[in-house]
Amino acid sequence: MKTFKLGGVHPAENKISENKAIEVLPIPKQVQIPLGQNLGAPSVPIVKKGDEVKTGQLIAKGEAFISSNIHSSVSGKVLKIDNVNDQSGYKRPAIVINVAGDEWEENIDRTDTLKKNITASKNEIIKKVHELGIVGLGGAAFPSHVKLMVPKGKKAEVLIINGVECEPYLTADHRVMLEKANELLVGTKILMKALGVNKALIGIENNKPDAIEHLSKLSKEYEGIEVHPLKVKYPQGGEKQLIKALTNREVPSGTLPIEVGCVVQNVGTALAVYEAVQKNKPLFERVVTITGKAIKNPSNFLVRIGTPISELIEACGGIPDKTSKIIGGGPMMGKSLVTPDAPIVKGSSGVLLFDEKESKRVEEKACIRCASCIKVCPMGLEPVLISQLTKLEMYEEAEKNNIMDCIECGSCQYTCPSGKPLLDYIRLGKFKVGQIIRNRGKN
Amino acid sequence: MNLLTVSGSPHVHGDNSVKKVMYGVVYALIPAMLISIYFFGFDAVRVLLISVAACLLFEWLIQKYLIKGPATINDGSALITGILLAFNVPSNLPIWIIIVGAFVAIGIAKMSFGGLGKNPFNPALVGRVFLLISFPVQMTSWPIAKPLFSSVVTDAITGPTPLGILKDGLRSGEKVSDIITQLPSYLQQLVGDMGGSLGEVSAIALLIGGLYLLIRKIITWQIPVAYLGSVIIFTGILWLVNPEQFVNPLFHLITGGLMLGVFFMATDMVSSPMSSKGQIIFGLGCGIITVVIRIWGAYPEGVSFAILIMNALTPLINNSFKPKRFGEVVKIDHK
Amino acid sequence: MNDVIIFAVISLSGIGFAAAVILYFVAQKFKVIEDPKIDEVEEALPAANCGGCGYPGCRNFSEACVKKANNDKNIEGLNCPVGGNEVMSKVASILGLEVEAQEPMVAVLRCSGSKKNAPKKVEYDGPMTCAFAHNLYQGESACPYGCLGLGDCVEACNFNAMYMDEETGLPVIIEDNCVACGACVEACPRDIIELRNVGKKSKRIFVSCVNEEKGGVARKNCSVACIGCGKCFQVCKFDAITIENNLAYIDYEKCKLCRKCVEVCPTNAIHELNFPPRKIKPVEPEKPAKIKETENKQQV
Repeated sequence: MKTFKLGGVHPAENKISENKAIEVLPIPKQVQIPLGQNLGAPSVPIVKKGDEVKTGQLIAKGEAFISSNIHSSVSGKVLKIDNVNDQSGYKRPAIVINVAGDEWEENIDRTDTLKKNITASKNEIIKKVHELGIVGLGGAAFPSHVKLMVPKGKKAEVLIINGVECEPYLTADHRVMLEKANELLVGTKILMKALGVNKALIGIENNKPDAIEHLSKLSKEYEGIEVHPLKVKYPQGGEKQLIKALTNREVPSGTLPIEVGCVVQNVGTALAVYEAVQKNKPLFERVVTITGKAIKNPSNFLVRIGTPISELIEACGGIPDKTSKIIGGGPMMGKSLVTPDAPIVKGSSGVLLFDEKESKRVEEKACIRCASCIKVCPMGLEPVLISQLTKLEMYEEAEKNNIMDCIECGSCQYTCPSGKPLLDYIRLGKFKVGQIIRNRGKN
Repeated sequence: MNLLTVSGSPHVHGDNSVKKVMYGVVYALIPAMLISIYFFGFDAVRVLLISVAACLLFEWLIQKYLIKGPATINDGSALITGILLAFNVPSNLPIWIIIVGAFVAIGIAKMSFGGLGKNPFNPALVGRVFLLISFPVQMTSWPIAKPLFSSVVTDAITGPTPLGILKDGLRSGEKVSDIITQLPSYLQQLVGDMGGSLGEVSAIALLIGGLYLLIRKIITWQIPVAYLGSVIIFTGILWLVNPEQFVNPLFHLITGGLMLGVFFMATDMVSSPMSSKGQIIFGLGCGIITVVIRIWGAYPEGVSFAILIMNALTPLINNSFKPKRFGEVVKIDHK
Repeated sequence: MNDVIIFAVISLSGIGFAAAVILYFVAQKFKVIEDPKIDEVEEALPAANCGGCGYPGCRNFSEACVKKANNDKNIEGLNCPVGGNEVMSKVASILGLEVEAQEPMVAVLRCSGSKKNAPKKVEYDGPMTCAFAHNLYQGESACPYGCLGLGDCVEACNFNAMYMDEETGLPVIIEDNCVACGACVEACPRDIIELRNVGKKSKRIFVSCVNEEKGGVARKNCSVACIGCGKCFQVCKFDAITIENNLAYIDYEKCKLCRKCVEVCPTNAIHELNFPPRKIKPVEPEKPAKIKETENKQQV
């Protein structure tokens, strides 16, 4: 079975919610839609306080190249455009809307019928994806239209659809593959058309045999789409690792996947592309997993963007007594929240609740130079070295040791027998080295 | 709800820990320990207990009164040093010499560099080499192995190891084929029925321990394979050139401290290189130096010196042999 | 026996001589011609290599001084904060220049979000470095401007002029030791520490808060936050106070130390240092004396 070669770990999968069908979460009373949801420049609001908005109405424009449009996820009245707490507690500008009813924009097709026939041309698809605010739903929220515009001199050869979901606990993509398989496959065809490729590979880890079987069966009707089961190994969902696993191509350090003729999109993104192009529906809701060992009823919800996370937890039976950590995303790469009131954004794939014992880190001990971190690093780095160099503020040396190649997957810290906060320091180092590189560009 | 905890990702941790690694090594040493007790009887138990107790005591004393840091003697590292030190000395060594060895191993080779993880050299080997140079007589008069329940009551009979016999024989101009006849049979050597330090006699028990370490993934294959491979190839070439002057590779493999060194000393995480390329270089270097010392050196055995020399080169190896970076070599496989 | 000794002496002397000759030529070849003044200037510097001047070490600073003196005939803009005027005038005299006196400075901590004033809202579990925590989240007290309390500044201080107060969770500056090198200012990711003039008899008045949030928000997280109410601005006769982004700032060059602003501040965000004790006014009995005058350090 295929997998990537270098490094990797296998954390306990804990996919508690994998058999829970996607439910539609009731619309909350108020939503906070942050203006900076995607990677790149924040969007610029085009509504003002007191405006009435409909569900699916454009409320903020992405003006920069790497930026995306934001649409209202509810209908109601704009209460204010103000700074609200984001997941880390810092204030970020957001549009706050008080909900009244649920009136959608007229041009959105709300029927469930599958529209298989792709009438839009290549440019129309890219325009639609751009206008309707589609971003990568895997977590980084990279604007999708940018990925679809192949730079001059490069050629896309293969489209890769990421159904790996290598993060433990999360099951949102899994459910999408089971319940929206046809839509997802049409979305894949649309993406193939936009890129001008005739081959698409869907990579799924073999801890989801039902999804592999289901998609393999259906994909026979779609020309050029192949489903590949992959050996379970974290971080297979990383772009570069997935490309390596499926095509054996290695994306050169410091470049994008297009360098080796690949474009990677998440299954959720493919679904959103289908809905945007065929049904005219902007990206204003997404599937989110709410899970945790103590939670009463772990679920997969279809959630409107901007819904407070606390509402989702409430819908699963409330916050368990001993909850000590709430994580936005999976346990390996997610961010711990300072408040459950933070909103769901386009990049939120899950919410994970930990109790006291799970949320405490293991005690830090002396490094025994066992090189476990080096063995598991999927990028072939020396985590122990670059984190130490950061600690000693030897940023230039850290840069020489390829600190910027780190994908922050956390395998090193996960596996370290001494419980060293390796990734914490590497992240700090990347931040500092990034500053140095930017300053160098200026001079 | 409690106060929310905030920390950077990852939020989960594998079940690996320093303690598990260390005790894994201790378990791997058990077969060799049992064999040594079988062949050297009560003396082996005495040396083991004293060595372990002294190592733990010195570590505790230094941590408590000199470094004034948290006591970590239960992490198992001092225990390993104690066992390995005992494995590297003859069973009839006087108590005070063992204690001196333990002090050098823990106090000088380990704690003076800052404790666990900071020592450039393998502590047990430093202790052993210190004793070998300081007390050559006591350290090289090995009691002849006598099985625990055997009726032979020869108590204080000592003799050299097979390697020593070979070296002396070659020096006085004897041929290898003649010397071999004076030695225990290969089978005896494999099991450990010969003169030697406590833990090094039984190649087979050490091999079992080494395999256990490999299966538990506590050590990687690179160092043992490179070390054993280079010894076999180097001695094999010499043997093929002149079998009367040089002994065969099998003899080199199962005598002396090679197996102990290969699986438990050279693979010591703290003092060996970190990348797999570096580990192979390290193993090769150890193998070549071992053979050079054994064949041309003044000492009959060269494992300890070889590993210590390569320990000294470890930082250099770490610097020169980086792991293969992802995306370093552009390989595009166009259909 | 004798010839052995003679042989040894001759051969060793020979080797020594040969080595000396080689060394001489190598030294000639790789000679770096340096202005001797660099050494002289370096001699005059405190040799702390603290980096307070903006150069990596004292050597680099002296090189910069000599270079600037040669090019521009002055050393303006170059200052050794550790040595102060004394050292700088010495440096100037070595270089044959005049130097203007610089006002002595000292570091002040502009945050009073102690464990009591700004109670913990979340728990931090990670490496003890502010630089990382600042990138990760807003801080245990939920004030995104306040002190993170992990001591990067203390770590950066080379002069034993800072320590962490376990009780308050805030760093404390020991004024007598502070040489205003600015290392802590540089180290603080939140720009909480500021270098201010020492002032007459070490008297100083400053706003001990850098929170730019709206009053209510700031106050929610911290009882001693500046809420930008503007009372101090109104009462100041010397135009020393400005209010920007809901935050008051006192310009130490204009401040005449009249202490009026301290009295009117509703949240006690304005601190006064090293003043004689006030006559106790019966009107405001609840206002706590924030400074213990007997100790010559900032207590928050």
